[in-house]
Amino acid sequence: MSLKNWLYALSATAALTLPAVHDAQAEDSIYVPLFTYRTGPFAGSGTPIANGMHDYLTLLNERDGGIGGVKLIVEECETGYDTKKGLECYESVKPKKPVIVNPWSTGITLPLIPKAAVDKIPVLSMAYGLSASAKGDTFPWIFNPPATYWDGFTQILQYIATQEGGGVEKLKGKKIGYIYLDASFGREPLPLIEQLSKELGFEAKLYPVAAADMQNQSSQWLSVRRDKPDYMILYGWGALNATAVKEAVKTNYPMEKFISIWWPSEDDAKGAGDGAKGFKTLNWHAVGADFPLLADIQKHVVDAGKSQVSGKDKVGQVLYNRGIYNSMLIAEAIRKAQEITGNKVVTGEDVRRGLEGLNIDDARLKEIGLEGFTSAVKLSCADHNGHFSTFVQSWNGTTYEKVSDYIAPLSDKVGPLLDADAKAYAEKNAPWPARSEACDAS
Amino acid sequence: MFYRETGQFKQSYAADQAVFPILQDRLGLALILLVAFVVVPLFGNEFLLASVMVPFLILSLGAIGLNILVGYTGLLSLGSAAFMGVGAYAAYKLSTIFPGVNILVWILCSGFFAAGIGVLFGLPSLRIKGFYLAVATLAAQFFLQWCFVRISWLYNDNPSGAIEVPARTLFGLAITGPSATPVTRYLVVLVIVVVMTQLASNIVHGRIGRTWMAVRDMDIAAQLMGIRLLPAKLLAFAVSSFYCGVSGALMVFLWLGAAEPSAFDIKLSFLLLFMVIIGGLGSMIGSFFGAALIHILPIVIRGLPEALGLPIAAATVEHLTYLIVGALIIFFLIVEPHGLARLWQIAKQKLRVWPFPY
Repeated sequence: MSLKNWLYALSATAALTLPAVHDAQAEDSIYVPLFTYRTGPFAGSGTPIANGMHDYLTLLNERDGGIGGVKLIVEECETGYDTKKGLECYESVKPKKPVIVNPWSTGITLPLIPKAAVDKIPVLSMAYGLSASAKGDTFPWIFNPPATYWDGFTQILQYIATQEGGGVEKLKGKKIGYIYLDASFGREPLPLIEQLSKELGFEAKLYPVAAADMQNQSSQWLSVRRDKPDYMILYGWGALNATAVKEAVKTNYPMEKFISIWWPSEDDAKGAGDGAKGFKTLNWHAVGADFPLLADIQKHVVDAGKSQVSGKDKVGQVLYNRGIYNSMLIAEAIRKAQEITGNKVVTGEDVRRGLEGLNIDDARLKEIGLEGFTSAVKLSCADHNGHFSTFVQSWNGTTYEKVSDYIAPLSDKVGPLLDADAKAYAEKNAPWPARSEACDAS
Repeated sequence: MFYRETGQFKQSYAADQAVFPILQDRLGLALILLVAFVVVPLFGNEFLLASVMVPFLILSLGAIGLNILVGYTGLLSLGSAAFMGVGAYAAYKLSTIFPGVNILVWILCSGFFAAGIGVLFGLPSLRIKGFYLAVATLAAQFFLQWCFVRISWLYNDNPSGAIEVPARTLFGLAITGPSATPVTRYLVVLVIVVVMTQLASNIVHGRIGRTWMAVRDMDIAAQLMGIRLLPAKLLAFAVSSFYCGVSGALMVFLWLGAAEPSAFDIKLSFLLLFMVIIGGLGSMIGSFFGAALIHILPIVIRGLPEALGLPIAAATVEHLTYLIVGALIIFFLIVEPHGLARLWQIAKQKLRVWPFPY
């Protein structure tokens, strides 16, 4: 056969198989696309998250036959953490009627925020994305539990205050360094820092790291050595975290005074060797595989060869469990949607209601097999975030250990900022549609 | 047999010097336009329009802009993504300061801002050439991207640090924002790209284009013939940046819908440069070929396993795509170092004598 004929044959098969695939998905199943990044500069963080999300949903299919008897169609789309590719993924999954999307990148989340209401697909940006989207009245289709970056910052501040032996008033006169990715994610807390440093009387030192120089922070850490801040706060992602920990060790910064937002992984701390012991991060769920659900994943998914994890020890790592948490929210939202509507096969609109009615209490966590894994999650129509408590965990050389109680955010400080921000977003994007979705009383 | 100019007599200089002197070429172009304006919007699905055609056209426009600078004037630039960013941020600022004016006016006006910045960074081009100029434009890339991150006035102090696209209409039809349908967006982009391509084609075929090409081929000779180098080079920077700026504004307003500064990073500059080099330096159609190869080919490769029903993981497909596209780029550059446009030329030449080659 000549090349031309091959091409004809190829396009003919493509034309024939494409509709067939779509038809198979339309019947009695729920389509859940997962936007993942196992390639590119952030693959180190993206792969465990992708595995966690994928394995949890696969377990539901393998063990329970889906949710409420309906199979889930789980499909990964590779974004490479690239906004353009992420949007391409979104366009490619849209015709298959996804019930929810998880962009896993603030850059991809932002263009989806206005689209969500038009396409009727809820967006779950778990603890990233636009903080103001916590306001359900303005953003009925966007959900970002369990806490915003602003909440996280106040939680770190309170932890520092308890280390100093008291409430936030103990921060007075302290020097706090903030090293961050000089992009929207790291810059978001800046207005909050400005406000709080005045109110609480601490001195803030800012050390921005440009996205292009994530692996070259020597100048920032030279400044740290000169300024000698009492505490350091880190807002980084990908290679920035690993480099920051390494540089901190190199400059002999006391690690127990170095506290990060919730994104560093085991590998980020491990790379710096023994010196990294004592490095702290926020977290809202347990680390380790010591839960019945994770044992089931091990049995039904990993041992059955249905997972992409590279080794058994990867199950239970921080970011793997983060993926588990993300998928738990998806699964519980679908379950709630089935409960509210009485339908087995739910749509994006139903899952949006399911997310607003989401109520995972401790009893439900035990049922899932995740007793003690995290604190209860309850969302409402007005609050799409929950502003839940997080705790501080410390690196002991091999794993992260929980070292503090759950800390609630300073909602009285963060709340007004959030309101102002949501209002400003709606004004700048006028005409921003008013919420037309009814609220299920729950 | 069919592609012959026998019997087509030119009776005026204008007809002889036309961009498409052969009837079959004109028919082919008409056919392409017919497909682009009628067939694609009628039969294309949303994915084809929103994720394939709109980005392809916008990137082609950017590639034309860079081609004017690199291909026609011989000035190597690595700052094209930053100039696209200038266009995007200018369009954003203008549309938020004057929301009453139609967005298309601002998208086109944004090109002038990009042109201004382009001229500024083009000033060193009189003294430095080749790779040294590439380094100077690289400075533009880093400096401008730094501005997009640091100057909060540019993004209206949004806490997200990104520019978001407000919904705007044309004749009552939404063309930007979430409710703009892919068909509308495609047609708007298509009209702008077609008109601007026609303009660019006229410029490069006319006196200005000849000036640029003279500068490209040997600037001292061009100077001796009476071409003033600085105005010629700066004009090339201005026109090139204008095209990049409009393409950047289109990218944010009609394709992405919101953009962080990282959308205009050095990667995009390199992509545009690859499009120009692979497509063909100094060729309009080459810019389209290059954009198609760099943007559409990976999408096709990514879609193949699913279309054929092969169970390959998404990440593996991504790795394979990188491999295949990379290999194809090398293949094309070995087969024809002058780019796809040259291959197209050769094909047409062969077709002329087909089926009786001599």
